[in-house]
Amino acid sequence: MATTIEELEDRRERARLGGGQARIDAQHAKGRLTARERLDVLLDPGSFEEYDMFVEHNCSDFGMESQKVPGDGVVTGSGTINGRLVYVFAQDFTVFGGSLSERHAQKICKVMDMALKVGAPVIGLNDSGGARIQEGVASLGGYAEVFQRNVLASGVVPQISLIMGPCAGGAVYSPAMTDFIFMVKDSSYMFVTGPDVVKTVTNEVVTQEELGGAVTHTTKSGVADVAFENDIEALLATRDFFDYLPLSNRHDLPTRPTTDPWDRIEDSLDTLIPDSANKPYDMHELIRKVVDEGDFFEVQPTHAGNILCGFGRVEGRTIGIVANQPMVLAGVLDINSSKKAGRFVRFCDAFDIPIVTFVDVPGFLPGVAQEHSGIIKHGAKLLFAYAEATVPKITVITRKAYGGAYDVMASKHLRGDLNYAWPSAEIAVMGAKGAVEIIFRKDIGDAQKIAERTREYEERFANPFVAASKGFIDEVIMPHSTRRRIALGLRKLRDKQLENPWKKHDNIPL
Amino acid sequence: MFKKILIANRGEIACRVIRTAKKMGIKTVAVYSDADARAPHVKMADEAVRLGPPPAAESYLLADAIIAACKATGAEAVHPGYGFLSERESFARALAEEGIAFIGPPPNAIAAMGDKIESKKLAKQAGVNVVPGYLGEIADTDEAVRIASDIGYPVMMKASAGGGGKGMRLAYSEQDVREGFEATKREGLASFGDDRVFIEKFIESPRHIEIQVLGDQHGNIVYLGERECSVQRRHQKVVEEAPSPFVTPEMRKAMGEQAVALARAVGYYSAGTVELIVSGADTTGQGFYFLEMNTRLQVEHPVTEEVTGLDLVEQMIRVAAGEKLAFTQEDVKLTGWAIENRVYAEDPYRGFLPSTGRLSRYRPSPAGNGVRVDDGVFEGGEVSMFYDPMIAKLITYGATREEAIDKQIAALDAFELGGIGHNVDFLSALMQHPRFREGRLTTGFIAEEYPEGFQGAPASAELRRSLAALGAKVATVEAARARHIDGQLGAPLDPPSNWVARIDGEDFEVAVLDGDVTVAGAPFHVEVDYAPGQRRVDAMIDGKPLTVQIERQGSSWLFTTRGAKHRVRVLDPRTAALAGHMIEKVPPDLSKYLLCPMPGLLTQLHVSEGDKVEAGQPLAVVEAMKMENILRAEKAGVVKAVEAKAGDSLAVDAVILEFEGA
Repeated sequence: MATTIEELEDRRERARLGGGQARIDAQHAKGRLTARERLDVLLDPGSFEEYDMFVEHNCSDFGMESQKVPGDGVVTGSGTINGRLVYVFAQDFTVFGGSLSERHAQKICKVMDMALKVGAPVIGLNDSGGARIQEGVASLGGYAEVFQRNVLASGVVPQISLIMGPCAGGAVYSPAMTDFIFMVKDSSYMFVTGPDVVKTVTNEVVTQEELGGAVTHTTKSGVADVAFENDIEALLATRDFFDYLPLSNRHDLPTRPTTDPWDRIEDSLDTLIPDSANKPYDMHELIRKVVDEGDFFEVQPTHAGNILCGFGRVEGRTIGIVANQPMVLAGVLDINSSKKAGRFVRFCDAFDIPIVTFVDVPGFLPGVAQEHSGIIKHGAKLLFAYAEATVPKITVITRKAYGGAYDVMASKHLRGDLNYAWPSAEIAVMGAKGAVEIIFRKDIGDAQKIAERTREYEERFANPFVAASKGFIDEVIMPHSTRRRIALGLRKLRDKQLENPWKKHDNIPL
Repeated sequence: MFKKILIANRGEIACRVIRTAKKMGIKTVAVYSDADARAPHVKMADEAVRLGPPPAAESYLLADAIIAACKATGAEAVHPGYGFLSERESFARALAEEGIAFIGPPPNAIAAMGDKIESKKLAKQAGVNVVPGYLGEIADTDEAVRIASDIGYPVMMKASAGGGGKGMRLAYSEQDVREGFEATKREGLASFGDDRVFIEKFIESPRHIEIQVLGDQHGNIVYLGERECSVQRRHQKVVEEAPSPFVTPEMRKAMGEQAVALARAVGYYSAGTVELIVSGADTTGQGFYFLEMNTRLQVEHPVTEEVTGLDLVEQMIRVAAGEKLAFTQEDVKLTGWAIENRVYAEDPYRGFLPSTGRLSRYRPSPAGNGVRVDDGVFEGGEVSMFYDPMIAKLITYGATREEAIDKQIAALDAFELGGIGHNVDFLSALMQHPRFREGRLTTGFIAEEYPEGFQGAPASAELRRSLAALGAKVATVEAARARHIDGQLGAPLDPPSNWVARIDGEDFEVAVLDGDVTVAGAPFHVEVDYAPGQRRVDAMIDGKPLTVQIERQGSSWLFTTRGAKHRVRVLDPRTAALAGHMIEKVPPDLSKYLLCPMPGLLTQLHVSEGDKVEAGQPLAVVEAMKMENILRAEKAGVVKAVEAKAGDSLAVDAVILEFEGA
């Protein structure tokens, strides 16, 4: 008996060493942790239960039959984050460069299947050189098996990808279909084809970092959500992030204890809106003063900054926040901001996370580039997402709500449950000046008349009361009581029931 | 007594005057510009009258509009505060003509003291020590050289109408005079429209000490002791105290009596201040010289109030109403020590760059127990670029200088400000500076002690250990709370009791067992009432109070206390060990970049790639809050890359240009 137990320990010990000390040292020298070390940081101490530790590849070509490492380049299993169940896989760069073999893929699929079955999130730590070329099509098949599961799990359990090393070629499409992607700066990259191929095909010279590094994807492309300084920062932030998410679409929202009073009054919000309509202000201040403890986890903070998306809590329960940001492009809606917020709204709706929307939007961004790049279809994504969402929706218009953008931003007409406006709200088809120049076109030459008409228009529409008189605004509220109003609204909407007509799925304008 | 007075000012001093008026049962009228429509002084006053647009020239400096406001509201007197119209003879006269009382000195006294050369002559006649020098007009450089050698080097050449450090030149030799005299004249003409220059002896180890005088309209004049305001930055007072650690009772008497003599000579009444320059190198008690007389209430008047127990604003109002002083010189007793720190909207970490904008957070130190806050702002209010960047005055009082200083340190730790840059850390650093604590001050204190600017006060090993202990307590509370989320697989786990706290890069092993914390093996007793989300943490560490402002930044914290910001990372030992593999990223050498100092619009870019630039050359213009800010080269260099273009909206610290490596 003793020997069999010893043998198990021996085997485990060997498996835990992955690709060996030399490769582990090489990984450390790059400022990266090994797969198991990453799981140590991500999961509660002692909670990781590993599966398939002894799985080996089945390849017998190119001498692979003599190179076998237990685990085959990916560590999989389950554990807890602050006590809540999570399924994980972590690619091990020290074993065959983390390359994906058929068996490696099978291990990932196994945890994904389990997660889907029991209803628990999946977190994937990606650090892989790509397909196991020696295996050829078997490896490709493996990718596709993972893709299929990503899709089936989408909207059922939250899926989070951390890119902590290379992720290139077909490998990018699994993270691409998960809900959130976090990357590590100077250490990770994602691209379909690398700099060498790019150079050959298009003659463009570009570094890996510029082509698909963390900064590129969190600013320019918007492929990834947040970039972190190093492995530790990324993993600890993932723990914080995980605490916002329900385990699955059939679990209730998590509640975390807080001592922040639900009815906290913030007098300083009464002066948030500047005297001048053209002066910007930072919408983050409103968000931080509304949510519990000022704690706001922003997604895509550096991409399409004209709209803010992220998670906060009210009375300890998660909410999703979408807000126009007057500090960037005056908070206008454009292609990138519509895509960013549209996807975020759909995530919240899929997982029953109430959506709080703060509106200060002057309209859609005009321009040839926007039109030719399809602002019509892309703008429609956000409109579609809000319109189909059945979760509790609370909207607060702080200042401008102009034109079609008013409709889009969780308006009453899109089944907003509680639509509030601050006294500073202006709900109109467009700004006064533009409106007057259309309505009173014949007076355009007469500056005095135009000024007069503009003042009239402002008096009529530069306030929330016309909209309120039509019932489009449920109540005009004091800015200082915004948190109290939202908290109360969320309580009342907790058991909201609303269903869309049965359909196989909708046809959102992709 | 007046039934209603108008306060022709704004900000903290308007609030200050209104407070006293209310106490005296006098109704108040505030005036305001459009920028101040929601300001506290407007809310505090019984009535408020709009003056005009934000620029002072179109609002607070409009004497006619203020007189009209008096008439409209029936205000019988005007308190001018400081700055704005407070030292305009014409304003005082105009009020008199309208039969409105001016809560200040008589117009002729304002006029007499308004001219630097005239006031010196008057002072000399009144028997006040003046700096050896030549008060007449100087014809040319040759005459200037002759005068300078008569006085003895070093000498200071000053534009007659100058002030605030402009139009001043120091000369150590004849050559310096020859080179600088004409330039001083030109500067005087350009800046003040007056090219008269005078020359005087340069005082070594100079200290700025001033005497507060108070007189009534019946010929009674007393002095209320001195204030020392030597700690200045670019001639702007930063720290003031009463009494002065340099002044002996005999010296105080000599200074006070001369100040009273001068006040008497010009028929002075109300509150006024005789500013003296004192040679710190001269211990005879005679080395003080008249500088100028300020014919108004000073910003730093509260320190005098604290040590005399008088309300100077009340005294001014009573004097203006014709009352006699209710006390004599013998009754004036100085008790204890008071210190005032000026909290400015200036960022010491960025070369004291003015910072204006919205105060997203404003929670001043709790008043009482020897702490007084004179302010005129509120959370959600604006620090406007149109006016003085002073946010508040923090005044502490103690039985001894030491006690008053220590109260400052504690109060500054508790002063919460957000949204704009401010100098609280710098003030705390000053209060902890050994030379300040020893009282060895000169007007060059800041320039001498912070020649390279300010990077935060040095932290003692003891403070770092305390921060490690506090960090571990905070981490324990946060972890315990995080472990009480619902939906768990099993029973909630206990938080870790062992931590590794990294304070500014130094690791401390910390064990937490309720109140008992060991840091690197040494036991501490830590009492702290922390709830997640709290920004200000008051702790007792081994029986000593420590207030720390904490801010979460990713997986780390920023702890601000004792005049510096500390990066604090608290991890469980396993994670801390793994964190050892992380590569410290060397922060980019920012001196190679031109960074945008404030959020704004880049309106002009004057250089392109490859251009050679000289120090001081304008590089770009950033428009923020409708103000054009010219960004200049700090040193000579070559532009390596242009990272932004005109029309770009830039965030603070956005890179505009990169220079070639040094």
